[in-house]
Amino acid sequence: MRRIALSLIALGSLTLTSCGGSDSSSDTTAAAAGSDSGNACTAGKTLTEGTLTIATGNPAYGPWVENDKPESKEGFEAAVAYAVAGALGFSDENVTWVRTGFDEAIQPGAKNFDFNLQQYTITEERKKTVSFSDPYYVTNQAIVGLSDSAAAGAKTIADLKGVKFGAQASTTSLDFINEVIKPSNEPFVYDDNAGAKAALEAKQIDAIVVDLPTAFYIAAVEIEGASVIGQFPATSGDEFGLLFDLDNPLVSCVNEALATLKSDGTLDGLVQTWLADKTNAPVIAE
Amino acid sequence: MNDSASRRADYEKSRRRRSLLVAMASSAVVIALVVVLVPRMPRWDRVHESFFNGERFADSFPRLLDAFVLDVKIFFWSIPFIVVLALLVATTRNSRSPVLFPLRALAIAYTDIMRGVPVILWIYLIGFGVPGLGMERPWNSPLIWGSVALVLTYASYVSEVFRAGIESVHESQRAASRSLGLSTAQTMRFVVLPQAIRRVVPPLMNDLVSLQKDVALVSLIGPIEILRQAGVDKSKFANFTPYVAAAVVFLLITIPLTRTTDWLVERERRRTSGTRVR
Repeated sequence: MRRIALSLIALGSLTLTSCGGSDSSSDTTAAAAGSDSGNACTAGKTLTEGTLTIATGNPAYGPWVENDKPESKEGFEAAVAYAVAGALGFSDENVTWVRTGFDEAIQPGAKNFDFNLQQYTITEERKKTVSFSDPYYVTNQAIVGLSDSAAAGAKTIADLKGVKFGAQASTTSLDFINEVIKPSNEPFVYDDNAGAKAALEAKQIDAIVVDLPTAFYIAAVEIEGASVIGQFPATSGDEFGLLFDLDNPLVSCVNEALATLKSDGTLDGLVQTWLADKTNAPVIAE
Repeated sequence: MNDSASRRADYEKSRRRRSLLVAMASSAVVIALVVVLVPRMPRWDRVHESFFNGERFADSFPRLLDAFVLDVKIFFWSIPFIVVLALLVATTRNSRSPVLFPLRALAIAYTDIMRGVPVILWIYLIGFGVPGLGMERPWNSPLIWGSVALVLTYASYVSEVFRAGIESVHESQRAASRSLGLSTAQTMRFVVLPQAIRRVVPPLMNDLVSLQKDVALVSLIGPIEILRQAGVDKSKFANFTPYVAAAVVFLLITIPLTRTTDWLVERERRRTSGTRVR
């Protein structure tokens, strides 16, 4: 029964695309209305023909995906994913979500997603094993600490030399600590927010370094009594990109879609909706 | 007589040569199959790039060696505590005085509970929990409390090894010692333990090898040791080669350790059994 329904959808979408012509790449309104399943560019390039398979973290955190429900379109990355899907000519029901950890996304085997978004920073080194789209968001590194933290009130990087820092594994924050802040104490590293939180509470570390929107989320939701002490606009600038299997031909289609979303203001609108109140932190100068 | 002995030696020699040849041939076939077939798999180039990237290996290796110093430190400062605590627990469990029953019960509960719970939980619980009670630096260091968790866990394993050794010493040894006028404590110290410990050296080495690997779990509560450093490099480069490099470092230590263990076992066997059947 399920199979029959699926093939009916596929049949319907086939006729729709053949009627729709070739200019559907920028036509997001048509995509939202019907059951479109990709445009001319994506044909034959997705994991499952007619479906866009998108991966995110397990669990996915706010403000990127609200309530761990990307299907709800709530949260910045969930919204970006649907906007990209729309610009590629996929209607919402032809978007499928899967969950992967960081390591699963970079392993050499075949991928179970078309693209993966969970705040992957684009780096030259990583481009040797995976491919990235153009950036969809640029953020700064930021410090989160308890109100009585040794980092509280810091105005310059020099004020932070004596602070004991923590960072999360598989982020670029540890590099930032070692290469920009260069504290006198060796930083500690944790698998997840839970470990960093426990270490903050046990006073083993004074502050943690994460990207700015995540910093606001951690301070507001995850760690009681914590606040965003500052951000480093001058010295950081992490570009988040969608992650693809190496040399996936879909990358150029997605870059086209992202360019459209940038030029027509859609992307800025999503930043306003989901991240506006999460970027206003004191600036820490070099 | 002489003639038949040399004919027998010749025969044995030819058999040995033959089995050596067979072993070499079969090894060559297996190696050739792996070397020829694996690179022909469709995504071998990707696996090769992700796990066996020479550039990444050379880049990470010095950093990993640096980080490994911390593993070695934790390993060596934990061992004396493990041995002392394990001996205390083992002798307590082997005590026979009725007055000491509560201590015996405690020792049994300790070994049962410590061995029955994953090391990871102890590291989280003791490494974050105890300092979380309100300790100040430097006494709340994850290095201290992570090591305490390792010591408590491994002392429970090692105490069981010691207990097995103590119980393997024949009752007549105790009887003889007591009849010579030695007290219970003296009997344990001068008669039972020296024999028991010598017997359990090989299984103790096994526990040391596994401790050497479990030291890496301390990284879960913050410190950057070799496995964490490998993980950091892995995410930085989106490449798993640093883990392979870390494995090489571990093997450099564990292989000599296990070979030594085997050698000790062999020596003990030769020492205790008079003849050897060929």
